[in-house]
Amino acid sequence: MFSAAIFLPFFGALIAGLGGRWLKDRGAQWVTCGFMVLAGLLSIYIFYDVAILGNERRVEIFTWIDSGALEVSWALHFDTLTAVMVFVVNVVSAVIHVYSVGYMHHDPGIPRFFTYLSMFTFAMLMLVTSDNLLQMFFGWEGVGLCSYLLIGFWYDRPSANAAAIKAFIVNRVGDFGFALGIVGVFFVFDSIVLTEIFAAAPDKAGETFEFLGMELDVLTTLCILLFIGAMGKSAQVPLHTWLPDAMEGPTPVSALIHAATMVTAGVFMVCRLSPIFEYAPVALMIVAVVGASTAFFAATVALTQNDIKRVIAYSTCSQLGYMFFAAGVSAYPAAIFHLMTHAFFKALLFLGSGSVIHAMSDEQDMRKMGGIWRKIPFTYAYMWIGSLALAGVPFFAGYYSKDIIIESAWGAHTAVGQYAFWLGVGAAFMTAFYSWRLIYMTFHGTPRASEEVMSHVHESPPVMLVPLIVLAAGAIGAGFLAQSNFVGEGLEAFWRDSLLILPVHGALEAAHHVPTWVKLLPIVLGIAGILLATVLYLWTRGIPAALAGLLPGVYRFLLNKWYFDELFDAIFVRPAHYIGRGFWKAGDGALIDGVGPDGMAAATLNLARRISRLQTGYLYHYAFAILIGVAAIVTWYLLARVG
Amino acid sequence: MEGWPILSLTTFLPLVGAVFILFIRGEKQVVDRNARSVALWTSLITLALSLLIWINFTPGTAEFQFVEQHVWFPALGVSYHMGVDGISMLFVILSTLLTPVCILSAWEAVQERVREYMIAFLAMETFLVGTFCALDLVAFYIFFEGVLIPMFLIIGVWGGPRRVYSAFKFFLFTLAGSVLMLLAILTMGLTVGTTDIPTLMAYEFPPELQTWLWLAFFASFAVKVPMWPVHTWLPDAHVEAPTAGSVILAGVLLKFGGYGFLRFSLPMMPVASEFFTPLVFALSVVAVIYTSLVALAQEDMKKLIAYSSVAHMGFVTAGIFTLTVQGVEGAIIQMLSHGVVSAALFLIVGVVYDRIHSREIATYGGLVHRMPVYAAVFMLFMLASVGLPGTSGFVGEFLVLAGAFQANTWLATLMATGLVLGAAYMLWLYRRVIFGELTKKQLMNILDLSPREVAVFAPLILVVIWMGVYPSSFLDVMHASVQNLLDNYQASLASAERLAMVAE
Repeated sequence: MFSAAIFLPFFGALIAGLGGRWLKDRGAQWVTCGFMVLAGLLSIYIFYDVAILGNERRVEIFTWIDSGALEVSWALHFDTLTAVMVFVVNVVSAVIHVYSVGYMHHDPGIPRFFTYLSMFTFAMLMLVTSDNLLQMFFGWEGVGLCSYLLIGFWYDRPSANAAAIKAFIVNRVGDFGFALGIVGVFFVFDSIVLTEIFAAAPDKAGETFEFLGMELDVLTTLCILLFIGAMGKSAQVPLHTWLPDAMEGPTPVSALIHAATMVTAGVFMVCRLSPIFEYAPVALMIVAVVGASTAFFAATVALTQNDIKRVIAYSTCSQLGYMFFAAGVSAYPAAIFHLMTHAFFKALLFLGSGSVIHAMSDEQDMRKMGGIWRKIPFTYAYMWIGSLALAGVPFFAGYYSKDIIIESAWGAHTAVGQYAFWLGVGAAFMTAFYSWRLIYMTFHGTPRASEEVMSHVHESPPVMLVPLIVLAAGAIGAGFLAQSNFVGEGLEAFWRDSLLILPVHGALEAAHHVPTWVKLLPIVLGIAGILLATVLYLWTRGIPAALAGLLPGVYRFLLNKWYFDELFDAIFVRPAHYIGRGFWKAGDGALIDGVGPDGMAAATLNLARRISRLQTGYLYHYAFAILIGVAAIVTWYLLARVG
Repeated sequence: MEGWPILSLTTFLPLVGAVFILFIRGEKQVVDRNARSVALWTSLITLALSLLIWINFTPGTAEFQFVEQHVWFPALGVSYHMGVDGISMLFVILSTLLTPVCILSAWEAVQERVREYMIAFLAMETFLVGTFCALDLVAFYIFFEGVLIPMFLIIGVWGGPRRVYSAFKFFLFTLAGSVLMLLAILTMGLTVGTTDIPTLMAYEFPPELQTWLWLAFFASFAVKVPMWPVHTWLPDAHVEAPTAGSVILAGVLLKFGGYGFLRFSLPMMPVASEFFTPLVFALSVVAVIYTSLVALAQEDMKKLIAYSSVAHMGFVTAGIFTLTVQGVEGAIIQMLSHGVVSAALFLIVGVVYDRIHSREIATYGGLVHRMPVYAAVFMLFMLASVGLPGTSGFVGEFLVLAGAFQANTWLATLMATGLVLGAAYMLWLYRRVIFGELTKKQLMNILDLSPREVAVFAPLILVVIWMGVYPSSFLDVMHASVQNLLDNYQASLASAERLAMVAE
């Protein structure tokens, strides 16, 4: 049964992928959705059995790689952390499978779409159930591949293809760090099996080794390398640039991969490896600083974007930043708590916006929307629920998880904690603001779309609306229900050994005893953000435009996303092509071939011509030459003998 | 099975088939048809025979197996000596697997001089298998050099417009290296009094001589691998070679170099190997980064894949000289994997070349609309080339990196950039050929893979996934031999050090 929950999506993908031609659209949908819903139900049971009852379990499948001391198996390992992840992945994925039946029904590539979707789910499950770093890397790259395929799903669009390649390559930059981290772990620990590494980690604390000519702390170096992988996958600055572009994919993909599951893999990885990170305080500081900076940076960009999906994409970036700085101050349970609630409300927001896009005849620009809330009331309600949860309005899911993170940052009582706290609070204000900006621009005001589009605006079919109930329920209730187990009194009994927090890192504990103003500040700022958005975008018009006109530099800086894309293009992409061409033409062509074979050939020809000129035909010329030759040989022989 | 000369059978059966084809007479069509079927059946039976070798192979030992030895030139200590161990056995299978694939792939593409073409391929198979089985330097040299003849002809006769330039470049590059190797072989034979490889492996050459021998062998193997900067013959040879020629060239011929390092350089010249390790590392890193960047700039599909081969073989040379279990086993897996994957990629280019007669990337675009199966197959091999976990490419690259990190962290870090660059040029190629809208007129009626072409790719797909998901089938075979190689290497180094101490 444990294997079934993991392998059902795989078989679904296999059947739909290979048999898509015979199954037709209907058959492929039934197989993949059916298997996925079944896996979702099984994962609820797994959650109960493993996380609540505490029955950890390991299913070994077979040996994968065995070379010297390096031994890894394909295996499924279930502890509380895994159970939570399996639950989140399977449930959200099942909802999105069903939703996609409605969303994609006009598309010619339905079997392909469902194959990718199921394959993605399988890869994600392999990632979270892994008991060694290598299988994690398998899942890691597997989800990257599926994300690449799904972003480029509409392969006719050049922009989709570009975005797909960008996503894969930027992720590969992260994987470069991850792969090095894995081989480094093997070098240091002689194993890449998690339990063995964790057991040996305390002894390695403080040891140093030689890396790239420097004498560095072992665990810090390895953790930073692994974290580079996490930055790539979880879109942290500066490896975040692929995520907004990834919105080229179909909206259900954005919801599943680029909001709820795949992008959280980095957070999961850091938490999974908490028994190593705990002994690498410098690495944790870096995690916290990167996370907090991303949370703030992405929120500022989200303020000015006009594409509905991009706003939510930057919001995802920002929320992932929260999770990372929670992990960075050793509040891993809070990070996973936010990961879970975020999966629900962010998927809800994405699917809600998908519903809007569907209704608006594939329009994504919010400047061409407005005044449609009466026509699509259910979608409107879902968007409100999602936004309330995202903004951390009391008693919605995000309220519990985001507040505990911000309080933990304060509770860390370190400079880094303070940095994270203030940026986190600032981002909370902006989060509320841009969420309501989105709602007002999309649903309220006078319609800005053409007559024709407006006449087509319609509510989505039940197959798209009903599954969202699950997500809406999660966005409302997940925080309240799970709070005590995830981060409250039940914390230790719930997580058991799956997360390690050293006693010296008491941020999460201290989070429950922070001053009242710290507790209230995010809520107050959140509500202030909502009010400000209401004033600017609902009651008065023209102030935002006036502001943008007043500070054109700031506005353009934010609108162009701090010019990261332009920067990378100038530093990496163009030089790579330029250098490649140079190496090819100048290096291979002129230098190696020119001096080597072609040069030799030319020289030989040249020599042959000269020699033929020497061949004069006079006997005494030849005789003279022979004489010189003999003399030379004799001299050389004598010299060699004497020497 | 006991007592059967199975290695000689596997080696020379293709030659028998070739002779058989030589005697086919009749009208051109009949001759062509018969030549094709005889060639295919011969290569299939050879494949079956070679699988028997694998099945009967005993994995737990580093000894040579299926050994045959007959006196040849007793005065010079030369004998006809055949045998395989865990390192060479899988390369035999690789050669016998790729030959029928090649013959099948040329079924329709080659219409001129079909009989000669098939003879060339069967003769080549004999030389390929012989190279990996030979346990005598003279026999090895004959097989090793013999390959050049059919290859030279295949490029020179059935190649593209610049075939003569490419064929000569190929021939001269490889021959230049081999002449030095011949000198080294003669020196070794004269010094020890025998050319028997197992004997030579146990012999300890004086360190100074080792240096010269190592350099001479290196000249030959580096060209074969090919290592930067003697790689420039490869893109030209590939571009002009017919598809099946490229397949064998990339699939098996390039492995001669890596195999040579493992069979000769490390066991016979350990002191020199250790001395030159930094050089090999440096050249490997340059190969990975330099050629990956060059691949990024290519406009010709075959050239791009040829340059990617150089980059992938950089992993092989680096892995071998890390002299760690992971590095060496990774290098062998990487060679096998690259043998299959690059072969498949050249076949993939061949498929569209047969239809459109262009290798220019710009000629294509949007092929997925007309050729979905082709697109899927291409995708799979592209991913294997990029080294996605679950495919064979990953296992090799990862093990090499694991070995490299132990040898030198700079090496590991610089090699790992290959992960990023490799993905860049392959995805960029795939996008330009497969994705996008189908607008070019000549592509409007292009046909998807035929059943024959599916049969060509099916075994390769199977191997790539098998090797990626359950590489133990391959790794288990080589453990004992690799361990033995490394143990002997360390032992020789230690004894050489002792001698040096005594000398002082």
